[in-house]
Amino acid sequence: MTAIHQVSPVDASGTDDDVVAVPLRRPWRWVGAVAVLVLAGAFAASVATNPNLDFDAIGAFLVDPRILEGVGLTLLITFISMVVSTFLAIVIAAMRLSSNPVLSSVAWFYVWAFRGTPLLVQIVLWGYLGLLYDRITIGVPFTDIVFWSVDTNVLISAFTAGLLALTLNQAAYSSEIVRAGMMSVDEGQREAATSLGMSPLYTFRRVLLPQAMRVIIPPMGNETISMLKNTSLLSVIAVLELYTQASVISSQNLKQVELLIVASLWYLLMTSLLSIPQYYLERRFGRGASRTLPATPMQRLRRAIASRRPAPDPAPVTKEVGVV
Amino acid sequence: MTITAPADAVERAVARPLVEIRRVRKSFGAHQVLRDISLDAPEGTVTVLLGPSGSGKSTLLRCINHLETIDGGRIMVDGELIGYRQTGHTTHEMTPRQIARQRRGIGMVFQRFNLFPHMTALENVTEAPTGVAGVPAAAAKARGLDLLDRVGLADFARHYPAQLSGGQQQRVAIARALAMSPKLMLFDEPTSALDPELVGDVLDVMRELARDGMTMIVVTHEIGFARGVADQVVFMDGGVVVESGDAAAVIDAPRRQRTRNFLESVR
Repeated sequence: MTAIHQVSPVDASGTDDDVVAVPLRRPWRWVGAVAVLVLAGAFAASVATNPNLDFDAIGAFLVDPRILEGVGLTLLITFISMVVSTFLAIVIAAMRLSSNPVLSSVAWFYVWAFRGTPLLVQIVLWGYLGLLYDRITIGVPFTDIVFWSVDTNVLISAFTAGLLALTLNQAAYSSEIVRAGMMSVDEGQREAATSLGMSPLYTFRRVLLPQAMRVIIPPMGNETISMLKNTSLLSVIAVLELYTQASVISSQNLKQVELLIVASLWYLLMTSLLSIPQYYLERRFGRGASRTLPATPMQRLRRAIASRRPAPDPAPVTKEVGVV
Repeated sequence: MTITAPADAVERAVARPLVEIRRVRKSFGAHQVLRDISLDAPEGTVTVLLGPSGSGKSTLLRCINHLETIDGGRIMVDGELIGYRQTGHTTHEMTPRQIARQRRGIGMVFQRFNLFPHMTALENVTEAPTGVAGVPAAAAKARGLDLLDRVGLADFARHYPAQLSGGQQQRVAIARALAMSPKLMLFDEPTSALDPELVGDVLDVMRELARDGMTMIVVTHEIGFARGVADQVVFMDGGVVVESGDAAAVIDAPRRQRTRNFLESVR
């Protein structure tokens, strides 16, 4: 007991040592929050009470058949361009990474040209393709042998021209993303795969690509959202996508702001929905990257519901089998 | 082990060389890494390659399954010229597909494991048998579980590599290589990237493999392992074989000064 008295000669209870620690008060946080809320509220009120804004028109045009057609076309163009450009991008990236100097130079040139000129210029250029080539012909190059020939303006409608412009431009950007993904995979992975007797194609498909996808998907999500919004540029060649439809309507009824709001609401809804498949794709290709996968929203919901219920009877204890 | 070696190999009789390396030359640019290397590894024996870093021992190992090309000379495994086809005095490199077929009989274990991170331990082991060798999924799984059990990891079949320690990963990598039923196993510094307390488990698996008669060529700095397990120790420096012989002779009574210096520095 003497030892304890030597270590703590002071009786701590009820003295100045028994204190509660209070974190620093931050009053300016409250001031800042109130100021921002007041400004936001003032802006919302000015919009809501603005006599120049026709809210009924916004509600009506939100589901106008022409607008819905525009939404459909916007989604269709986005989908086709993204799918086709991704395949092109894989080919261009493979060419760029190839040890064949001609292939890699051509790929470099492609990316240089399509990334270095404005998308708007490319769209208009594809729209005017008929001025450059009045007929499109399939045959043997540098001979007069022709298998198939068609008037350019018949084959390349505004829709096709827009699709071509967006796809070819996107392929240039996507190829760099795919290339970055391929380079992110450790060289040891290829060595391990080939030392097991896997062919180059099998190695690419089963070992390298799934790992590259983890790096590729987040920027490709960005690109998809960009693409969806860039479809509005096709209004310059009169493709009847969402923004063109909205402008056509507003040029007749002069409700420009209302129709811009309608279009913006649809763009916001579509870009929000696009982030859902991205989440699940990232989860799918993230396997093994971290020690535990994040729960899906459905799993979180089920867990939240389960935790609110009274605990069920304990389930019969089953030994977890290590292998499925 | 399910790898059953011929009886004569187990008895370490004077077996025919499974691996024959003849006058192999290799340069990286102006730097000559391998200068006229010749070496035999008899069937069912363990050959340990020792040497300072940059001596060419890892490069030589990687040439045996054609992860590296060679500039001249020949490497034969089980009577088959590796990576090349010979016509007269020249050899012509094979296509990747043909080389892939040859590699199926040669297992390799890497310093940094190189497990496939997006596959579980079991999937790592079964991927090549099912995808490359055409083994039915159920049979590959049963054998994969058996192999994981043999390396002491039966309970970790569903774990991803990121969930395993370095020693466990390396043992999965050994199981993965064994799944293709190779006649030869190459180990490239298999314990160099491991924490010291994890080295033992990996070496134990390798010892067991050697006892079962597997032909092994091992690049390592584990002198104890070399002395205990190796039938043949080859000391390399500057791209040449400085001396070779049985483990006791090279490690305990080296004839060359270079070998002595190296052994003193690693002890």
